[in-house]
Amino acid sequence: MNLALEFKSVRKRFAKTGYDAVSDVSIDICDGEIVTILGTSGCGKTTLLKMVNRLYEPDSGEILFYGHPIKDMNPIDLRRKIGYVIQQVGLFPHMTIAENIATVPKILGWDRQRIADRVQEMLELVALPPAEFSKRYPQQLSGGQQQRVGLARAIAADPALMLLDEPFGAIDAITRRNLQGELLKIHRRFGKTFLFVTHDIHEAFQLASRVLIMDKGKVQQFATPSEIRSNPVNEFVRQLVSPAQDEQLLCSPGGSRS
Amino acid sequence: MYETILLYLHQNASNYMVLVLQHLRISGLSVGFAILIGVSLGIYSANSSRLYNTFSGFFGLLRVVPSLAILVVCIPVFGVGVVPATIALTVLAIPPVMINTALGLRGVPDSVIETAVGMGMDSCLIFLKIKLPLAMPLIITGIRTAAVEVIASATLASYIGAGGLGDIIFTGLGLYRMDLLVLGGISVAALSLLTDLVLSSLEFSVTRYQRS
Repeated sequence: MNLALEFKSVRKRFAKTGYDAVSDVSIDICDGEIVTILGTSGCGKTTLLKMVNRLYEPDSGEILFYGHPIKDMNPIDLRRKIGYVIQQVGLFPHMTIAENIATVPKILGWDRQRIADRVQEMLELVALPPAEFSKRYPQQLSGGQQQRVGLARAIAADPALMLLDEPFGAIDAITRRNLQGELLKIHRRFGKTFLFVTHDIHEAFQLASRVLIMDKGKVQQFATPSEIRSNPVNEFVRQLVSPAQDEQLLCSPGGSRS
Repeated sequence: MYETILLYLHQNASNYMVLVLQHLRISGLSVGFAILIGVSLGIYSANSSRLYNTFSGFFGLLRVVPSLAILVVCIPVFGVGVVPATIALTVLAIPPVMINTALGLRGVPDSVIETAVGMGMDSCLIFLKIKLPLAMPLIITGIRTAAVEVIASATLASYIGAGGLGDIIFTGLGLYRMDLLVLGGISVAALSLLTDLVLSSLEFSVTRYQRS
């Protein structure tokens, strides 16, 4: 199987904290997988994610993107091949929905017609009727609709890899469930690799082909959801996936960030 | 009084227009320079609180000095006429432009910048396509404030021989002619209002996305 991402002994420490945010992580992620990174706030999951598109640089170790060390690639070019979605969405408020989605295709110099077609296709993909939405501005949309646009924008230039940092963390439970469904639909249709950070255990297990459980910057277990449930490797994972904990996490209000 | 004003305008139409144009030219030049300097300093200081405080403190201090005083202080250095007037008015106009530019750029949400970087926009694109357009409404507000202040203060430029509508007012004062005082005052007020109107409609057009 083709490898989308390889982490080799990746370590990152922020000067102000004095401990490793990510400590000696070595994992491989296959092309076409949905991997969710699960952990509590401050476990290093967002740090791990942001090293992939070089928003952070690791202190040691290396990351390979389809076999190429990302430190040898131009970060700007690398990022254009990677879709990036964050909890706060970050749509450009002064641009219409269509212009937002067209951002990366435009940078890549696609011709006008191809961009227009792609924007149309992306809006349909995330179930926002183009006739109604393409000319609107972000602030006219609900939180859930904005994140749909966020997804459409990230995937518009057909990136090989999607990085999602708690994308549905600030969205109400019902809308979140719909969006999770859409995400799986998108994944089935395009077969891209998804790396999805969440602190919602239910979400992590529902979406993932494999779940990466992290604590204190270290990988605790990296396996399929069923294997983690049936075979937790240590006390931390056992605690995390125990039904009581599951219940508790589901009931706790979302929105905290690592 | 209306008759005397109309009579004066009728007899001195071309002279009046010359004064209006002089007034607009001094004001326009000063605001133009203030935009160049103020926007540059604003951009330069947007990322550093220390620079921002230094610049805004410095110009804030200069601003406390009355325009007339700056004009008079300029005379020994730059002589009389348009040059010292323009310098004094530029100094007056820089702070609102600079402060609003810096505030506008600082006000761009982190999440917007983060996704822009994450999508592979380089810093030049982010500045031109994201930061500057989002800061533009505040920058224009700053320019509005500056322009209205400059047009009002440009009246004083006449005092050091730079011409403009101040000439009518100072003549009115000297000859004790109420009609000239009123005409000069109203003309300056009208210019200020007109400029404010033009700039606020410009501001309106760049903030359409906030309302629709």
